[in-house]
Amino acid sequence: MARRVTTSRKALVTVAAFAIGLIIFFPILWTFLTSFKTEGEAVASPPVFLAFHWTLENYAEVNQRSHYLLHFYNSVVISFGSTLIGLVIAIPAAWSMAFVPSRRTKDVLMWMLSTKMLPPVGVLIPIYLLFRNSGLLDTLTGLVVVLTLINLPIIVWMLYTYFKEIPGDILEAARMDGASLRNEILYVLTPMAVPGIASTLLLNVILAWNEAFWTLNLTAAKAAPLTAFIASYSSPEGLFYAKLSAASTMAIAPILVLGWFSQKQLVRGLTFGAVK
Amino acid sequence: MATQHSRVTARWMISPSVVLLLGWMIVPLAMTIYFSFLNYNLLNPGPHNWIGLQNYYFFLTDPAFTTALWNTIVLVVGVLLITTVGGVALAVLLDQPMWGQGIVRILVIAPFFVMPTVSALVWKNMLMNPVNGLFGHLATALGLHPIDFLAHLPLFSIIVIVAWQWLPFATLILLTSMQSLDSEQIEAAEMDGASAVNRFIFVTLPHLARSIAVVILIQTIFLLSVFAEILVTTNGGPGNASTNITYLVYAQSLLQFDVGGGSAGGIVAVVLANIVAIFLMRMIGKNLEA
Repeated sequence: MARRVTTSRKALVTVAAFAIGLIIFFPILWTFLTSFKTEGEAVASPPVFLAFHWTLENYAEVNQRSHYLLHFYNSVVISFGSTLIGLVIAIPAAWSMAFVPSRRTKDVLMWMLSTKMLPPVGVLIPIYLLFRNSGLLDTLTGLVVVLTLINLPIIVWMLYTYFKEIPGDILEAARMDGASLRNEILYVLTPMAVPGIASTLLLNVILAWNEAFWTLNLTAAKAAPLTAFIASYSSPEGLFYAKLSAASTMAIAPILVLGWFSQKQLVRGLTFGAVK
Repeated sequence: MATQHSRVTARWMISPSVVLLLGWMIVPLAMTIYFSFLNYNLLNPGPHNWIGLQNYYFFLTDPAFTTALWNTIVLVVGVLLITTVGGVALAVLLDQPMWGQGIVRILVIAPFFVMPTVSALVWKNMLMNPVNGLFGHLATALGLHPIDFLAHLPLFSIIVIVAWQWLPFATLILLTSMQSLDSEQIEAAEMDGASAVNRFIFVTLPHLARSIAVVILIQTIFLLSVFAEILVTTNGGPGNASTNITYLVYAQSLLQFDVGGGSAGGIVAVVLANIVAIFLMRMIGKNLEA
């Protein structure tokens, strides 16, 4: 097992890896730094990296001039709302497919996956018109519904791959002992399934938070989440780099932290269990 | 182990998911197909006449469609090339013994969690802007003329932005796969005198092949629908230079209010995505047996 590794080689790999890592991370770091500059410093030539007057005024201004908190609230409601509803619908389905598989289980799973491959523009017009006619445009309800349906296949799949790893014998033993279905789920399955459910929740909150097709097309102002709020900076007035950076930092910081905790689940969730 | 009773219960438990997804897929898709045969523009009130395949004819013969199809292919292939080659290289590098691997992983994975509108605007303004962007400053410092990336190389710029978002995904999956490679295999090859290059070509790459295929297919599904990055940077322009199929259908539907034409375009997009999807499904289906 033990491969001989010289220290100098290890040091070289470390330096190379950190250099590349920092280059990839740089745009985020730069945005973070710029958010603490004045607008003048943000466009200074040559650019200043650290030796500027650190200020929080951009954050204050972004909060004042736009309803940042409203958009943040919308993002939270949409991402957590759609994920929680999705879990409630998906847990029974994944449970039954993992523990009571039938001949058609595989087909059902594959079919669910196939709905994920429907390009959103294929249904943009009907959804838009249905929403317009039923007053769902620019409402949180409408977006929660759409994002629940979009992520439902991923939720079912992720839960299915986790549930399949729970030994079925334990459930059978509980059943033999006379546990009702309700008790079986509540006291036997749930404790074993919680880690998988938590991972699924995490990944789907991230996906829903960053979803930027439906959120951009179905909202205007009231229900706009952070994706749409940031998009309003695409037609700027005057100097706006520092404010754009502050708004961006606030929009990505919470999900970046969540994301770092979910690296492993990400691989599993986004490859539908094909890579673990 | 399954009794008749539990089978019936199981069916009931699956049905909400199935019914909802069926509704989500069939109803709007049927409506899109129906609209695609109508002369239906939101700006023209009055009856929507059945015009057969005319919408498809106009959509497919519009020069914008050829441009958009080509742009879509260039965008998807360009991003795939950068992310898979870069991802394999990074995965091999990060799999070496090193200090602080966890920190590098955190740095490398970060762009994947940045919402598309943020990454597009940050790149557009703070990096690629010819006057105030960092690349502009860098070019001036080196005595070169700054390039207005989004005006002169719009599609290339979008490829760079999207590749930056997806490189972490490819790296993470390939690294996960690398770590499941039996180190004894590499050692055996080493003992037999295989060079580092040969070890990579004959041991590492075959091991990664399946993961590379998964990366390519999953990314393709998402890359065919790139939208926000185009909307906030170039609006598909200049002209149609950075319009992909998704953006073209959006423009036709929600900017020109052409429900019929947009629907025809939507169906074309569905057909194109299905061609890719068939391969992906086959691959994941195979894995399901194991």
